[in-house]
Amino acid sequence: MATGFHIVVCGSLVPDPLQTLEPVETPSGPGLKNEMMLPSVLDPWAAHALYEAAHLAGSTSDSKVWLVSLGPKARLQQLMMNIAQKVPFELVALDGPAGGFTDAYEVAAALAGAIEKIDGLDRSRLLLFGGRSSASRDAGVTMQMVGERLGITDQFLAVDKLTVQDDGSLRVLERIEGGMYLASGCEGPPAVCAWSTGELPEPPNNPQVGMQNMRTIMPALQQAQPAAVGAEGLDFQKVEVPQQRRDTKIVKDVPAEEIAREIVEWLRS
Amino acid sequence: MSAVKPETAKTPQLATLPGDDVRQIMWRFADRYDLQMLVQSVRAVARGPVARLVAEGARNTHEWTEEKNSLLEAYDSAGITSVFLEPEYGGFIAGPKNLALALAAFELAWVDGGAATGAMAGHLGLSPIHEKGTPEQKDEYMRRFSPPQPGEDRTIERSAFALTEPIPYVGVDTGVLGGKVSVKEWKEGEEPILHVEKRGRFITNMAFANFVSAAVDSGDERIKGSCMIILEENDPGIYDRGTATKKLVHQLSATSDPVFSLDVPASRIIGGYTVKDGVIIPNYSHGEIIDSVFRRTRVTVGLMTAAKLLSAVEPVVRYHRGRFRGGESDQPGSPRHQLGLQQKQDALHRLVDIWATGEASASLGFAAARLFDELDPLDHRREEIFEAHDIPAGRKAIRALASRSEPAIEYVRLAAKPEDERDQARFQELEANELVQYLTKNALADVLCPACKLWNTGHGANMMREAVSLMGGYGITEDCPGFLPQKWMDAQLEATYEGPEAVQRRQLSVTMTNEVFLAQFEEWITEMRHVAGLRPGSGACTLASAMDLWLWTLRHLLEAKDAHGVPLYKGHRQGVTFPMADALCWLLASRYQIMDLIELEEKGAENASLAEALPGYGAFYTDLCHVQAAAAGGEVARICSSLVFGYNRHPCWTTDGDRVYSDSELTVLENVMPGLCSCIVDVLDEDGSPPVKRGPCVRFDGYEPFTLRRGKLDGCLTGSRMAKDNAALALTQVTIPEALDYPL
Repeated sequence: MATGFHIVVCGSLVPDPLQTLEPVETPSGPGLKNEMMLPSVLDPWAAHALYEAAHLAGSTSDSKVWLVSLGPKARLQQLMMNIAQKVPFELVALDGPAGGFTDAYEVAAALAGAIEKIDGLDRSRLLLFGGRSSASRDAGVTMQMVGERLGITDQFLAVDKLTVQDDGSLRVLERIEGGMYLASGCEGPPAVCAWSTGELPEPPNNPQVGMQNMRTIMPALQQAQPAAVGAEGLDFQKVEVPQQRRDTKIVKDVPAEEIAREIVEWLRS
Repeated sequence: MSAVKPETAKTPQLATLPGDDVRQIMWRFADRYDLQMLVQSVRAVARGPVARLVAEGARNTHEWTEEKNSLLEAYDSAGITSVFLEPEYGGFIAGPKNLALALAAFELAWVDGGAATGAMAGHLGLSPIHEKGTPEQKDEYMRRFSPPQPGEDRTIERSAFALTEPIPYVGVDTGVLGGKVSVKEWKEGEEPILHVEKRGRFITNMAFANFVSAAVDSGDERIKGSCMIILEENDPGIYDRGTATKKLVHQLSATSDPVFSLDVPASRIIGGYTVKDGVIIPNYSHGEIIDSVFRRTRVTVGLMTAAKLLSAVEPVVRYHRGRFRGGESDQPGSPRHQLGLQQKQDALHRLVDIWATGEASASLGFAAARLFDELDPLDHRREEIFEAHDIPAGRKAIRALASRSEPAIEYVRLAAKPEDERDQARFQELEANELVQYLTKNALADVLCPACKLWNTGHGANMMREAVSLMGGYGITEDCPGFLPQKWMDAQLEATYEGPEAVQRRQLSVTMTNEVFLAQFEEWITEMRHVAGLRPGSGACTLASAMDLWLWTLRHLLEAKDAHGVPLYKGHRQGVTFPMADALCWLLASRYQIMDLIELEEKGAENASLAEALPGYGAFYTDLCHVQAAAAGGEVARICSSLVFGYNRHPCWTTDGDRVYSDSELTVLENVMPGLCSCIVDVLDEDGSPPVKRGPCVRFDGYEPFTLRRGKLDGCLTGSRMAKDNAALALTQVTIPEALDYPL
């Protein structure tokens, strides 16, 4: 009997944070200036989830990782050229908008629908991973809704650590206020883990892994189904980038303590 | 004279700096995800660990430090080391790898040329074995060079290429070697043991190389000619890595002056050997091996300088826009605040020139890399193909190949025609002929490689100086964003190593007269005229006229003599041949830039994420092409005019005075034929003395074909300055990221 995990990670692209982000009105609603041309990165929260998933799968035999991504197909392909080199996974692609102006309810429905169609996915062994929120727009509710749609009621939010115990149960650390963790126990999968930063660094690129992944990624991109997740019917009164926080400061030779002190001062101010 | 329509507000705008989507199309790897991944992987190393080292001042020492050494592991884990290898030896890219290596070098050089050189030098060390090694040598050293895979218990071995020796040897002429190989011991029925004495100069990767491909000449009558031979660090004798070379540039590559005095088995001769009458005859001379190696690696060097130029655009734009911010007179929202120095046309125009040069040099370099990918399968089977077509081996092959150029020229002519206008059966026959294909591609490769190395690095270094100057005083500090001054200095080395500019000009002066190449060149003129009809703002018409002028000039110079009756186009007359080589480079770079524009416009529409931005990119790149074509036209016009007329004797009053009229004669002539006097330029004074100048003005009798072409080219510059204005305007509108994506 198989004992490993089937880990599905939900995550898509966001604009590279170094880019100049300027909200504009488009024919299909609010958007970012030059959004389709801005270089993208994997949403940082989802990226942590992916790295944790790959680490867990690598240390637990008979495990497998899928990455379910909803985004413009052409942009997803560019993103994969980088992400696919980091950890082994199989891509499930959905072709649709990935900006900050989609509706979390519709996104969750599309993601859950795609997950239900994954061939060979054993729902009894399913760990559903994703980011606790998105760097595009912090709704912070998508993973819960995906979990609900898949009938997974053991849900953990802002996870920083997941440990598989000797008896197969899971121990989860969730971030709560005041720099504290909430430690929880769970009998095992299925479960939802919406990750914070986790504990793992970004893996280095490994083209060998990338070449392996690409055998399934390219067909997945070609077969990506359209997903209607636009914010139809929603009315955005005002859209703006938090300019204050976009003031990029470039420093050199500054110790971490000094940087921390500046951040604390800024927060207090 | 054609009229240029004024640009309107409807002109598509350049929205952002070109990203990977654009580059993949222009440089033809949109369908190669292996190369796209390689780019991302190398970029992460370049803009991560490499950039951090540069920012921390690691370039300020000649020594190979622990910090610098840490880059090797970064290269290994990112796949940079194994790019060169076949999949069976641990590589991940199947087939020819010239474009792959070019892209890797380009990405590294975007941040630091020394890092690029260091990463590529390992491949250079292995290249002789890759190109000409025996199967056993390939199997042995490719495996040792391959980074260990998970579960493998071994360390990677690294290589170096030891050709250059102290002056007066191969630092001057690669054909003359000071390093010697002799027979140390040769027992009956056993492998001979050879002794190698070799001193290297400026050898990259020597600080850590475990084995070296060294060029040596015979120092023993029992060994014939020269060869390249593999030396290992554990061979008996001296394997002295030498002292670090005190380079002012490329300090992130390990360079030293090694000394070798080693005993090695004869099986280390790269490519093997035969024994005839008691003499060891290497299968390949060192010259044959380095020819096959350098013609590929020089292209990557040219692309390193191209990367520097393109990498300069973003920091310069950012610096210019922010130049006055924070000052007392600065008002947020004002043009001074928003545009800073970009309010000044000169700053914009100069940056347009830098960008256009960067694009043209990248286009030329990547075209050359792709061509070598096409040529490689034929080149590696060259001996087999020659044998099948009765081409003799050795130097006799040169004459035999020259006699086979006709079918290749015929193929070039047919290939340029539309399918329904050519003899398709004959075309297919020639296309299937491997010798024809080899001759056609090889003739072009023999030109593109030196052209890329020469123009990209030489002119690129000049343009990097322009980029530095655009940063003001910042440009001569270590803290200059984008490391521009470091890149400027590095560019000078790139113009020097792997064959300095004179070597490239010399090679070009020979290869560019190959009729198989010239046939292709002639077809390109027609092609550019056609492009001009479809894309009138691209400068294709200017370029076609410049190409036509160059070709006429070359044909003229090949036949012409100077005022003393001495033929002009001869090997020793570098004052003639070298400028023509320079002029050709401008033309080639401009042509490939226009071809990349066409590719972008045609294929970009297939990319959904480019749909919105494509018109803006198309318009901007069209203007850049026009700017570059005009610059090329100007250079070509200047060079050709000076060569066509510069070797003629100036007419003088004593021998050519009969052309001169007096005032009274002119009055009579004007009465007979009104208006005739306007054609007369030399008139005797009232006292009969000639005007105060060297002699009568030069007449162009016999040069009408040239003057017509020159005049046409001058006219074809129409609109080029408008294009520069358009491109300059785009620079003020383009959105750039908030910060550079690598540290300062």
